[in-house]
Amino acid sequence: MILTNIDSVPDRRILKHFGLVQGSTIRAKHFGRDFAAGLKNIVGGELKGYTELLQESRAEATSRMVVQARELGANAVINVRFTTSSVAQGASEILAYGTAVLVE
Amino acid sequence: MSRWVELLITLGIPILLILLGRFVGGSLERRHYKSIEQRETRFRGQPALSTKQSNTLASIRRAELAIGSVVVSVDYFKRFLSGFRMIFGGEIRSYSSLLDRARREAVLRMKESQPDADAYINTRLETSTISSTSGDEGVGTVEVLAYGTAVVFENVERTRLR
Repeated sequence: MILTNIDSVPDRRILKHFGLVQGSTIRAKHFGRDFAAGLKNIVGGELKGYTELLQESRAEATSRMVVQARELGANAVINVRFTTSSVAQGASEILAYGTAVLVE
Repeated sequence: MSRWVELLITLGIPILLILLGRFVGGSLERRHYKSIEQRETRFRGQPALSTKQSNTLASIRRAELAIGSVVVSVDYFKRFLSGFRMIFGGEIRSYSSLLDRARREAVLRMKESQPDADAYINTRLETSTISSTSGDEGVGTVEVLAYGTAVVFENVERTRLR
């Protein structure tokens, strides 16, 4: 599966469009990580626990999108976008979406 | 006597946290900037472009998605300072430096996820705030995401942007 966030897959002709595919996940932070982050808040800087958490969820959202694309018979997803929104305190939704296409 | 102890605790702890934030947080920030600058010079030949086409005429051999993200928060001292700023208005410098650091770090991580690319086209930056489970403690915690398409050109030697 080829993923790009431009309008095409360079050097390959698009044979067929399958339309929008998406994958999302909603994650909550767990208490231990929140506590460690609270301590880290005193000196500032990167909160590694949260970085990892969001990276994992983004990978999960992307893989769900890829599964959807594969079911349609696509071999690439173009114009991939990511968005994050917080749905409740301490929980955020990660969404990945793009256009599933069949390329040469 | 017990009143003095109480006063010491109510005043002492915030002051301790502010000092800790000022000195530890400040030195961590300087160290982070140094590392960002070093890594930026390493990736100077592989620019991140916000356009969909690279400005060379070279054809693209390979394209792949590159993602980098980072979650950062401000230290206690800066949070304390920003409280004053909120009264008078104006730019909150301590927060701008935090977001600057976070964005540059996210772009670097994006590049490091596909280190062999010649350029990163259609680079997007997205910022989102993270709320805490325990009320407003998460104020000043943001996630910065950078993503783009890592491309490799044909005839790299000739066309690499320097």
